[in-house]
Amino acid sequence: MWKFLLPFAAFVGLVVLFAFGLNPSRDIHALPSPLIGKPAPAFALTDVLDPSRAVSNAALNGQVYVLNVWATWCVPCREEHEALLAISRQHVVPIIGLNWKDQRERAKQWLEQLGNPYQAVAFDADGRTAIEWGVYGAPETYLVDRQGRVIFKFISPMTQQIWDREFLPRIAAARRGGA
Amino acid sequence: MNRPAQGDSVIIAVLALVLAGAMGTFTVFAAEQAVDTNGQLQDPGLQTRFERITKDLRCLVCQNESIADSNADLAVDLRQQVREMLVAGKSDDSIFDFMTNRYGEFVRFNPPVEPKTLLIWGAPFMMLVLGGVIVYRVVRHRSRMSLDDGPASGP
Repeated sequence: MWKFLLPFAAFVGLVVLFAFGLNPSRDIHALPSPLIGKPAPAFALTDVLDPSRAVSNAALNGQVYVLNVWATWCVPCREEHEALLAISRQHVVPIIGLNWKDQRERAKQWLEQLGNPYQAVAFDADGRTAIEWGVYGAPETYLVDRQGRVIFKFISPMTQQIWDREFLPRIAAARRGGA
Repeated sequence: MNRPAQGDSVIIAVLALVLAGAMGTFTVFAAEQAVDTNGQLQDPGLQTRFERITKDLRCLVCQNESIADSNADLAVDLRQQVREMLVAGKSDDSIFDFMTNRYGEFVRFNPPVEPKTLLIWGAPFMMLVLGGVIVYRVVRHRSRMSLDDGPASGP
């Protein structure tokens, strides 16, 4: 009995392990953000386009908003830019940019040439705010609910499909939730 | 049975041990320390702690390097963060907490032993025990066989 059962159990165990481990749709580099469900780290920075203008997430409290981390040195950020512009034209939620370890002039130029999808663009020259948010690669896009909690983090270039599939339902739920 | 049974079990035992050893102590010999342009900390005690802490923190951009070894921008920033926290008198634990609160458990090369990391820490020992049981059973089986059906009763 054991002679048959043990190898069979081992076989089933391996199948389960491989089904998980070798699943092609699983991104082995994706890391769950410990920030999910926690209050979004506060920041108070200046705007890329206007150094005299303050950008802070305290001003956004009570609103569902998106924070998009980008930089001019980040190639995939350019890739997602068109999608961000299209999404911003749909006026679903405010999109706040976090310009990460960049140069103000370059960032300005980028926005002037390619268009500006952001309501405000925080200028995080030394990367301190990015560390607070657990950013490790751009582009990253965070969704924050009305209570100021991070409810979703997406790493990789944004596309309209991802927006429709991953963000819209969560935004709707966040709006229904906290009154 | 022409070959002595003992030979086989020795080979199996050695293989099992090698496997268990490989799983338990898989060590990557990383390249030498990245060039840190910010220089040494004044206090040699702090410098030692700085080196130990940054060796235990994973650089998330190049996931198999520690932030001590990496020259990625983020690693440079995180080293600076660690340095400032040390100078500010923060404990090792609070520095690790700071990092795991932002980047998750994955940021640590040596996660603390706690219920949810028990499998990681326990797996090599489980493998060793499992291998030991298998070896024991095989050896006992073979040695009994060689006694019971010796040359006389063999084919």
